[in-house]
Amino acid sequence: MKIKWVPCIKVERREEQSLLVRIVFRILAVILSFLFSAVIFAVSGIDPWYAYMLIFTRSFTYTGLTEIATKLIPILICTVGLTVAFKTGIWNIGAEGQLLLGAVGATWIALFVNIYEPLRLPVALMVGMVFGALWALIPILLKIKLNVNEIVSTLMMNYIASGIVDYLVYGPWRGAREWGFPYTDKFPATACFPIIPGTRIHWPTLLLGILSSITVYILLSKTTLGFEMRVCSQGKKVADYLGVPYSSRLIIAMVISGGLAGLAGVGEVCGVHRRLRYASSISSGYGYTAIIGAWLGGLNPIGSIPSTFLLAFLLTGRDIIQVSLGLPFATSNIFNGSILLSILIVEALGRYRVKVG
Amino acid sequence: MEYITEFISMMINASTSILLAALGEIYAERSGVLNLGVEGMMAVGAAVAFYTTLSTGSLIIGLLSACISGILLSLIHGFVSITMRSNQVISGLALSMVGLGISSLIGRNLVGTPLRSSLRTINIAMLSDIPIIGAFFRQNALTFFSYILTAILWYILFKTKIGIAIRMVGDNPRSADSLGINIHLVRYGCTLLGGALAGLAGAYLSVAYTPTWIEGMTAGQGWIALALTVFSAWNPSYALIGSYLFGGIRILQFRLQPLGFSPPLLSTLPYIFTIVALALLNIERIRRRIGAPRSLGKPYHREEI
Repeated sequence: MKIKWVPCIKVERREEQSLLVRIVFRILAVILSFLFSAVIFAVSGIDPWYAYMLIFTRSFTYTGLTEIATKLIPILICTVGLTVAFKTGIWNIGAEGQLLLGAVGATWIALFVNIYEPLRLPVALMVGMVFGALWALIPILLKIKLNVNEIVSTLMMNYIASGIVDYLVYGPWRGAREWGFPYTDKFPATACFPIIPGTRIHWPTLLLGILSSITVYILLSKTTLGFEMRVCSQGKKVADYLGVPYSSRLIIAMVISGGLAGLAGVGEVCGVHRRLRYASSISSGYGYTAIIGAWLGGLNPIGSIPSTFLLAFLLTGRDIIQVSLGLPFATSNIFNGSILLSILIVEALGRYRVKVG
Repeated sequence: MEYITEFISMMINASTSILLAALGEIYAERSGVLNLGVEGMMAVGAAVAFYTTLSTGSLIIGLLSACISGILLSLIHGFVSITMRSNQVISGLALSMVGLGISSLIGRNLVGTPLRSSLRTINIAMLSDIPIIGAFFRQNALTFFSYILTAILWYILFKTKIGIAIRMVGDNPRSADSLGINIHLVRYGCTLLGGALAGLAGAYLSVAYTPTWIEGMTAGQGWIALALTVFSAWNPSYALIGSYLFGGIRILQFRLQPLGFSPPLLSTLPYIFTIVALALLNIERIRRRIGAPRSLGKPYHREEI
């Protein structure tokens, strides 16, 4: 007697997701978000195919690639910082504000402090990082001492930071030679990062960004401090039970996170603009983009290098379609948000696997 | 006296959008769903309301389509966080980004266009002449609606079976499930209500408060509404009072400007006030007394403990 083969489909829970599976899921998520954005574009009467062709053909030219590299720098540094906060269980949505404060700190040293000239840039760098770290310290202290939700407070701090920058460039710091534009004077050459000739890439900051992602990778996965920080993401009770000093680890994580965002801000004013300008032109949402960078990179500082490359590419694409199709600046948020949503959906689906047979 | 009445009237006028958004978010969070997408839903609501009112000439259609757009966006959040049980914080943030992007895409040709039909102020005879209290009776229709809505939503949440079910789903979904309450239905319902009201809140900005379209006109009001939800201890009636405080800060901004304060610095006042308010509140104590939804932000699944 022959036994007839009956196909049987079983849905079962997947235990651990391997690295390869996670990478494939992320690529799928990016494709999904491109499809979603294409639908939105088509509904708004823009030919998505034409827009995408424009983005791809113009980005992958020499100028396009150097522009991507320039934009990658602040996003990468902020992403690495946010990874530390997220891994510790802190929802730091405030990289944008911390970056702006870093820019303010660097500008202060660059323009308004008498200092031995060769030290101007290194001191500006350090002061910018300290400003960013202090700006991040406020919400984490409020969380520890007064239970203020850090999602709301870090967001509010972003708006406050951009108010401060605008106040400075429209008011006391407005340059004497700027014809009424809301800019400070140009920085002296001793306060500027060297750039690769013919591009806008301020390579020392790029180097610092790659170094910081390696350092943070080692910190999080190979050191006791990093382990303790990851324990804190399980909540205060777990940390107390394992004898991990909860508050101090949270503070350290947030200081690193804010300090790195501050460094990104220093890079923007000392490397790209060479002056302080109004807030939305200094950052154009790098701090928010970094949230996606961290998530797309799987909360892994090394993974954040390819993920920030993609995001920098999308921001460059935004500039291209802004000029060619007359689309507003904020349009790229559709890509950004839908990448995040797609990752969530694909990962949730990936918790199960389908077995046939 | 008339000066104070006028000030209060402006304050109420400035707070309706935050109030509407917070009322919706209170319901979503009471059912256990944290939706950080309020800012994005408001932005889309504002753009859609302005666009449809401009092209159809009908305010009713404008307001309704803002509600529908809010519902559609919150449906995304519902799907990701309730059905797929993913991270609600990230999903909400993503929704805010998508919303801000879509709103600027809708509004790209509307900048600077004036709106012919906008919501006008209605003075209720006799009542609007009473000093101070009269301030409540010289408002536009949507603000009058917000008073009634606050009362209705408060009544449903605390005095009806539906309200008990919502609060139970947000507090202890497992026991709610064992009583036969459909967790997903309640959570979807509350999330969609939140979306509709966030859309309406955005519409208030673009067709009533300042009848124009400016990109980024929500300017963080959605985030302030989220803070107000906590500030009001998830109670619609406290949200009403709280929103007037925020409205007062906004009016204060305009009043201080002629006195020589820098506009960018004044613009930070509502955000500073939000942080200070949350700090003064020391949530944990209130949480214990009034009872915040204990399962807020936690997805529910029968198989998992």
